[in-house]
Amino acid sequence: MDINLARIFGIVISAVFVNNFVLSRFLGICPFIGISKKLDIALGMGISMTFVVTMSSLITWPFYHYILVPYHLEYLNIISFILIIACFVQLVEIFVRKFNPILYKALGIYLPLITCNCVVLFVTLLNIQNQLTYLESIVQGFSAGLGFGMALILMTSIRERLEMAKIPSCLNGAPIAFIIAGLMSLAFLGFSGLIVE
Amino acid sequence: MNDKVQCLKNCFLQGICHENPVFRLMLGLCPTLAVTVSLKNGLAIGIAATFVLLGSNIMVSLIKDFVPAQVRIPCYILIIASFVTITKLILQAYFPLVYAELGLFVDIMVVNCIILGRAEAFASKNSVPMSIADALGMGMGFTLAASGIGAIREILGSGKLLGVPIMGADYNPITVMVLAPGAFITIGVLMAIINKLNALKQKQAVKTAD
Repeated sequence: MDINLARIFGIVISAVFVNNFVLSRFLGICPFIGISKKLDIALGMGISMTFVVTMSSLITWPFYHYILVPYHLEYLNIISFILIIACFVQLVEIFVRKFNPILYKALGIYLPLITCNCVVLFVTLLNIQNQLTYLESIVQGFSAGLGFGMALILMTSIRERLEMAKIPSCLNGAPIAFIIAGLMSLAFLGFSGLIVE
Repeated sequence: MNDKVQCLKNCFLQGICHENPVFRLMLGLCPTLAVTVSLKNGLAIGIAATFVLLGSNIMVSLIKDFVPAQVRIPCYILIIASFVTITKLILQAYFPLVYAELGLFVDIMVVNCIILGRAEAFASKNSVPMSIADALGMGMGFTLAASGIGAIREILGSGKLLGVPIMGADYNPITVMVLAPGAFITIGVLMAIINKLNALKQKQAVKTAD
């Protein structure tokens, strides 16, 4: 198998910085705005997310190429991917609860939420659409999770500081969070020169 | 009979203003932000979402008595995924240009919280006509929000509306509005304005009560 290191590096940089899934593709906004209030929770969410999205890329790629394509069922990709992701998340939840109750307590509530996170489905579909190889898909999944975790942690840190700040009452809560996200996204635009395709 | 009509009408209007999915319930934010670079795109995603919402609400309402409670969520997701696939195939066949613009954001409507949320919170408890009214109301509310944001971003970001220049020749477009940050800032400011208006309205209400 010929591994193109430069391409893989490009995928990582692109998914984490240039096309950050949260800040420039607007995926997973709900947890990004909803749970970015405490740092330890954000960390837990970021880790579970990275794990689930990597594993989903790992499973859906062979499923698409070895089951759907040979039988010409490509149009079923949305339905089958969402089922795979849902089952997988459920499996992880059962497994973690059985073998590591402490971790389960920490992540418990966030695992089921991830099923409904658009990042996971988007990444698995994007892997297929961009015709990535198996290894590249896994790398893309992992870096998508990493980028999501990073954006979430940055956002949480800013919002923890914001608790102390005095802001107009009409901006309180979600509106100010969106404006901060806008400013962060503006900063991330600066990375767009990094990618040379 | 009149009561019933009134009930349906209330249901419909609720989705448009009091429970606007985007501004009030904060649901379905991802597509609202991602594809609304222009009024046309906002309308397109709104109509696509309304269609899926209508289909899934009707189906969920029809099967609500046969599906055991434990497996209802996977069933809903399957129903929604089927309707999203139908929408995607229709778009690809008849409106390939629209699909090229919206791309994978049509596909990920499967995990859109508006659609699953309405299936779980409304259609699984109400009759078919009520569910249809709810789907249309929510769909309209979402379409209005998405096309409103799209229109603002298109006017400020490129000085055009539906591709027609409207801001005059010496208008200098704020390009950042059609890029990613513009979406976040637009929705933040819109939410702040809505909050402010509500606060003023409440103040007025208190004043008249006194």
